[in-house]
Amino acid sequence: MADTQLLTAPVSELRQLLSDRAISSVELTRAFLRQIELCNPLLNAVVTICEDHALKQAALADKQLATGEIAPLTGVPLLHKDIFCTHGIRTTCGSRMLAEFTPAYDATVVSKLQSAGAVTLGKCNMDEFAMGSSNETSFFGTVKNPWDLNCVPGGSSGGSAAAVAAGMAPLATGTDTGGSIRQPASLCGITGLKPTYGRVSRLGIIAFASSLDQAGPMARTAEDCALGLTVMAGVDGGDSTSADKPVPDFHGALSTDIQGLRIGLPKQFFNDDLDDQVRARVLEALAELERAGATLVEIDLPHSHYAIATYYVIAPAEASANLARYDGVRFGYRCDDPKDLEDLYLRSRSEGFGEEVQRRILVGTYALSAGFYDAYFNKAQQVRRVITEDFHRAFEQVDVIAGPSAPGVAFPFGAKQQDPIAMYMEDIYTLAVNLAGLPGLSTPAGFINGMPVGLQLIGRPFDEQTILNAAHRLQTDTDWHQSHPSLGDLAS
Amino acid sequence: MSVTPQDVEKVALLARLTISESELPEVTERFSRVLNLVDELNTIDTADIVPMSNPHDMEQRLRPDQVTRGNNREALMASAPSQEQGYFLVPKVID
Repeated sequence: MADTQLLTAPVSELRQLLSDRAISSVELTRAFLRQIELCNPLLNAVVTICEDHALKQAALADKQLATGEIAPLTGVPLLHKDIFCTHGIRTTCGSRMLAEFTPAYDATVVSKLQSAGAVTLGKCNMDEFAMGSSNETSFFGTVKNPWDLNCVPGGSSGGSAAAVAAGMAPLATGTDTGGSIRQPASLCGITGLKPTYGRVSRLGIIAFASSLDQAGPMARTAEDCALGLTVMAGVDGGDSTSADKPVPDFHGALSTDIQGLRIGLPKQFFNDDLDDQVRARVLEALAELERAGATLVEIDLPHSHYAIATYYVIAPAEASANLARYDGVRFGYRCDDPKDLEDLYLRSRSEGFGEEVQRRILVGTYALSAGFYDAYFNKAQQVRRVITEDFHRAFEQVDVIAGPSAPGVAFPFGAKQQDPIAMYMEDIYTLAVNLAGLPGLSTPAGFINGMPVGLQLIGRPFDEQTILNAAHRLQTDTDWHQSHPSLGDLAS
Repeated sequence: MSVTPQDVEKVALLARLTISESELPEVTERFSRVLNLVDELNTIDTADIVPMSNPHDMEQRLRPDQVTRGNNREALMASAPSQEQGYFLVPKVID
């Protein structure tokens, strides 16, 4: 198999090659490590490469493959977003604050994937503390979009998305608090799934906004996302918000039969604010699903307009509480020569956190402070319920809700960095899904001037299967997800 | 609603962040813009609506108070910027 074919093959094919012993895990791991070595100087998608660790895991996988002890991902290489704690491997969260932090334990997601046989190639760049939609807030520099090196990959899981698009790994983990899996997946032309809140354990994921954060798979196909989710999901004693629900075999149950599936198109998503070209691509993808037996229904989410305001109170408020732990005492960055304890706190935090993180801590602290709590935090939590109830009412009429994943394609570096509000609007179609705790995915839906567009599919709580099936059917009938940037142009 | 530079300084102190004199006008301006965005919440009537802190209205799950993981103190202490004999070192707080 030619290199490009191998590097752009879905996990489902690589598993087959491994179990047929057509290729060894060590060979496969070396191929992806080589691709990372070639492309990373240009893309900056990976902040830590774990070559020795990966080759050791791959050698172990080869032994298991030889004896027929095959777990769901035995020998399959992957990358982790650098928000997942990895035992003995530096975990930075894209921040100077944690630039030298080496966790003493693995996140549950990391240990589950490892137990399933996956090989960890390294850790992916990201917006600092997952706060951003362009990967421009990372302390380790911006990630470039492999489809156009002058454009952002999206964020915050921009390193993961760029890496998968560039053939540096067939699968990567991401996290999504307001769109951080779906928006970069859309901008990089891959498939990304944010599961239902509680579906995947948050233990060992560096916290941003605890009532919104959720981890999920990013890959080339919906089928691979189903494989990844089946391994990642499940209740965890270490996360009291993880859902005590049985985890279906999402991969085994994958079906292309979507006859009679009712897909709701919120009129608020398809109003005059939507870019005409994005509308055209999204409607073309939906027409494919209609041809496959689905029916399209206009629906109303009357309060979706309030999602941005609600999110930009709740997420910063929770972040300000979560990030209070970075005090320069127990772990993380400490300033030089503090003159007293107060100076140590102030300077360690001001020097350790970047601008966007500090801005959100300020807004969050304000929203939680005496005199403003009711007007902001409490009010936002009330509106959160109103937004969530809109979705529940809509799901009485339809099985899936569809819309764009992002308002446009990837934009040039710096285009939105000076205006925080313009950047926040990148997540206008994704935020409400986190507020309501629903599963959502982005699947490729064609191109605008050579840049990928994503279709977002939103499901009922804990019904990831239905949106995976719809995306799988779309990927059976179309080939948008098979396009990839020219890998030769990415090698430095 | 807009905030004054003094408001921003007060919140910064609560959050244990410092903002230099030169950055203060811009931080204040951006802070006000975010607050203007979220002030839109005041246009919706939420009387009698119970605030939502968990999207599934899940109750906090408790577990028996038992040790499930062994002592990992040394490995965890290894992340401290400064330590001695198992204690975190900070500048002197009492003379």
